[in-house]
Amino acid sequence: MALDWTTALSFLIDGLMLGFVFGVAAMGLTLIWGVMDVINLAHGPLIALAMFGVYLIMNFLGLSNPYPALLLTTLLALPVGMGIYYLAVHRVIDAPHLSSLLATYSVNMMLMGVMNAVFGGAPRNIDFSLGSITLFGDIVVPTARLVAALAAVLIAAALYFFLYRTRVGRYIRAVTDNRDAAELVGVPSTTILALSFGLGVLLAAFAGGLIATIFPFTIFDGGRYELKSFVIGVLGGLGNPIGSLFGGLILGVIEGLVPMFLETSWTPVIEFGLFVFILLVRPTGLFGGKS
Amino acid sequence: MSQRKPSLPPAFRLADFRPALPGRHWANWALPLLVVLGLGIFPLLTGKDVHRETMFTLLRAVVMAVSLNIILGYTGYVSFGHVVFFGLGGYVGFYLVAVQGRTLWEALLAGGLAAGLLAWLIGIGILRLRGAYFALVTIGVNEAVKAFIQNFDPFGGPLGLTMNFSVYQAYGGPRAMLQMTYYILVALAVAAVLLAYAVRTSKFGLGLLSIREDEDAAEVMGVVTPLAKTWAFVLSAILPGMVGALFFFRNGSVEPHEAFPLHLSIEAIVMVMLGGQGTVLGPVLGAAGYQAMRAFLLTNRYLKDIQLTVSGALLLLIVLFIPAGLIGWLRRRFPASRRVLL
Amino acid sequence: MKRGKGTLWLGLALLLVLALALAACGGKAETGQQTEGNEVVLTIGYTESQTGKYNVSSSRQVKGLQLWVKQINEAGGIELSDGTVIKFKTVSYDDESSKDRVQELYTRLATEDNADFLISPYSSGLTAAAAVIAEQYGKVMITTGAASDSIYKKGYTQVFQIYTPASRYLTGAVDILQKADPELKKIAFVYEDSKFATSVVTAAKDYAESKGYEVVLFEGYAPDTTDFGPFINKIVGSGAEAILGGGHFQDGSTFARQLHEEGVPVKFVALLVAPPEPDFAELGDAAVGIVGPSQWEPQAQYTPEAAQKLGIEWFGPTSKEFVDAYVAEYGEEPSYHSAGGYAAGLILEKAIRAADSTDPAKVKEALDAMDVLIFFGRIKFETAPEAHGLQIGHEMVYVQWQKDDQGNLKKEVVWPEAGATAELLYPKP
Repeated sequence: MALDWTTALSFLIDGLMLGFVFGVAAMGLTLIWGVMDVINLAHGPLIALAMFGVYLIMNFLGLSNPYPALLLTTLLALPVGMGIYYLAVHRVIDAPHLSSLLATYSVNMMLMGVMNAVFGGAPRNIDFSLGSITLFGDIVVPTARLVAALAAVLIAAALYFFLYRTRVGRYIRAVTDNRDAAELVGVPSTTILALSFGLGVLLAAFAGGLIATIFPFTIFDGGRYELKSFVIGVLGGLGNPIGSLFGGLILGVIEGLVPMFLETSWTPVIEFGLFVFILLVRPTGLFGGKS
Repeated sequence: MSQRKPSLPPAFRLADFRPALPGRHWANWALPLLVVLGLGIFPLLTGKDVHRETMFTLLRAVVMAVSLNIILGYTGYVSFGHVVFFGLGGYVGFYLVAVQGRTLWEALLAGGLAAGLLAWLIGIGILRLRGAYFALVTIGVNEAVKAFIQNFDPFGGPLGLTMNFSVYQAYGGPRAMLQMTYYILVALAVAAVLLAYAVRTSKFGLGLLSIREDEDAAEVMGVVTPLAKTWAFVLSAILPGMVGALFFFRNGSVEPHEAFPLHLSIEAIVMVMLGGQGTVLGPVLGAAGYQAMRAFLLTNRYLKDIQLTVSGALLLLIVLFIPAGLIGWLRRRFPASRRVLL
Repeated sequence: MKRGKGTLWLGLALLLVLALALAACGGKAETGQQTEGNEVVLTIGYTESQTGKYNVSSSRQVKGLQLWVKQINEAGGIELSDGTVIKFKTVSYDDESSKDRVQELYTRLATEDNADFLISPYSSGLTAAAAVIAEQYGKVMITTGAASDSIYKKGYTQVFQIYTPASRYLTGAVDILQKADPELKKIAFVYEDSKFATSVVTAAKDYAESKGYEVVLFEGYAPDTTDFGPFINKIVGSGAEAILGGGHFQDGSTFARQLHEEGVPVKFVALLVAPPEPDFAELGDAAVGIVGPSQWEPQAQYTPEAAQKLGIEWFGPTSKEFVDAYVAEYGEEPSYHSAGGYAAGLILEKAIRAADSTDPAKVKEALDAMDVLIFFGRIKFETAPEAHGLQIGHEMVYVQWQKDDQGNLKKEVVWPEAGATAELLYPKP
């Protein structure tokens, strides 16, 4: 197939825009890992739940625009995440990894069970379109994707500001570095851990809501975005939330470039191959993770 | 390290499989064996095909859980990719029978070998990773192998492979084949339990347990940890590979998303946890209990729709309050039972 | 002492095993053929995807089947010449849209519930697994919602297909295209990497090439794809003028939506499965102009008169009667999955009537000999051993979403021309 520059650029732009959004989802996962060494296996269903949250709030309030519903869903995600922390994670926070993996996986099962009973497996679609705009002469880009990519960058900036410029953010970083020491100097570590978990879920929910404005979804879709988050998290460095944004970019480039040269079905082979490879040679990720 | 080529890896001499501690109670191996045999013979007593099919599903879970326990429970490495051995063994075995026209016996052997080989190859690399990093990489391996097979044309790519019905004629027709494959599975389950017991009570197994408790200390004490871990991984992979070959032979077709479902790996972990990780009897009971619970929930009118939620809540309660699982809890609560329960 | 304690534990363990085994196997009673006076109740067994990805299509299929069961029982059942009255009951389980337990569940249906006849699950994949069991226990299984040809080429003798098989699923779209625009030459095939869609497009590709078309792109996507960006870029890059492909509902409707959003300049789009579904209208403007093959449409022109013309027998209700009864029962329009479920029951009924017996061997003979027109279309099965049970009578109809004068979306039948309700909208806006 002959490939000209326009086509190549279309591939790249598509990949990059999605990469930012997936990067935010991974940020949620890796923030939790960084602060408390817990891999949140309920990440996927929470993303799916946020998709349905946006969908339901939009329909319930009769909104014609998903973005207010997205904000509301994102805010709701914080207490949900903190609740999950107190319910399932707090007791096993110092136990071997297996315990926290299974505890969060049990939350995954519970969420999937409830969503299955309530929503069923049918695909949903947010009935909303911003049309598309044309970039660089002849590259057509759906506006909703552009908005999602910008929103993703904004929330990453907000997270950076929060972690590095606020008192609570400093607490979170202190607990990340050394929980015992942080406790000694009076940081309320349990509250901070719960808050961090809530923040991680909030980021996942935000990303889920953004994805819902672009793609249709079912309750099963969370699992796929969870796997993507793992890959991105490892690329960017587990425990390094800002690195995830770059990890997302790399994933986006891979997803954009691979289909140009191979059948698209090779993309996951390369993604997961790279994932395993990086874990083996540089488990802290390309941008350095938590030591 | 050393220049001379070792004839056998130090962690794998036959002598290492002699029981490390004297005075083991005979019930240590007899109990799990009796449970497996009891479950296996049950459908033969009732003579009902449907019981045989239920027990097939259940014993398949037993093999998965018992074999996973060798790397998870004994060695302390949490693998989320156990199903990759099942899937790969299934594909290799199926390919031999359906495409190459080989026999089921060759398929079983090849399935087990392929799984063991994969475990050996990746084990050398990934077992250097500890804790959650290892867990993550096993997910990656499973997904990568699955994605690769989806693009691998000899295995039918995304469509998988199918088998002509006439293949079963060589095994006395489909009904006889169903019965025969069931006996083979019972034999594999028995083999799994015996292997788990042999490893658990051997010097090699003690080395694994010491890795679980403190890997650095184990190394200092002279356990060659990379080799020991790799062999544990290989031992845990072979039987799932054989069961995979058996399962898909029976099924008549194999497809990528059926061969490598991540949730099967996770269910196996749950079973090991339920029964008690690191014990011999635990995973057997855990697998049986978990399957029985699911069968009950799936057919219960009220709980059917939220069966996943009920299972999840149960799992959470166990993780939070009885992390040692049933056998671990019994051993702790009734110290007298320790001699008998392992 | 030591021995005594061991025995105690042993006893406990054995009890536990027994309890587990019993729990795992569960209990079920009073099914299978029951006789009361001259009334016989036959059991029909099937699994339904109450959860998982096939949930929507599967539940429609089951609704259709249940409507037939209800109607036949309310009408007093089937009366055979010896005075026996046959009524039906159903037993079903949730297969969770996964092959994991399908065989176990069908074994249960065949042996424990003593189902006299089986109906397939939804989807080719699940049906392939269930067919093995039907064959092993010698139970007649009518398949619906399962179009793959390969199931019927494995040497089975008990399995009968209602749907038009995959190999003839999309070839009509090539005919439509040829009629509408003889100038057009470049086709792209973009399809779901599933058993069903792949066999459909492989056959359609061969057909298109034999008609002189140039296939500029032939690529599959993963079944859970939501981002069609890479494929759309490839389509644009390949210079294709028409797109054929798709797979199931979710991916098909997403594909159509993204084709619209990115303004892909093609003249003709035909997708599998999704377009005939009523829910496809939710896409709004993105649906306009999309063509899709359908196993059945309410407007389809299968009538007693048509049967007479073909010189074959007519059986059962007309399309309108079916649609009215379905709407009255469930308060929603039937899709072709619903019609397929109902047709499966109807064909079983016809076979039992023709056999004048409930003996499975005789019913099987009647199915082999069947050539009948029902509201769903013509039903005739291949009897040669290499593809026994394959549907050879039934034909697809093609629908297209169009806008009426008020701007409302309407699904029109555009092919075959004899049964068309509207002209093809070409090129696609």
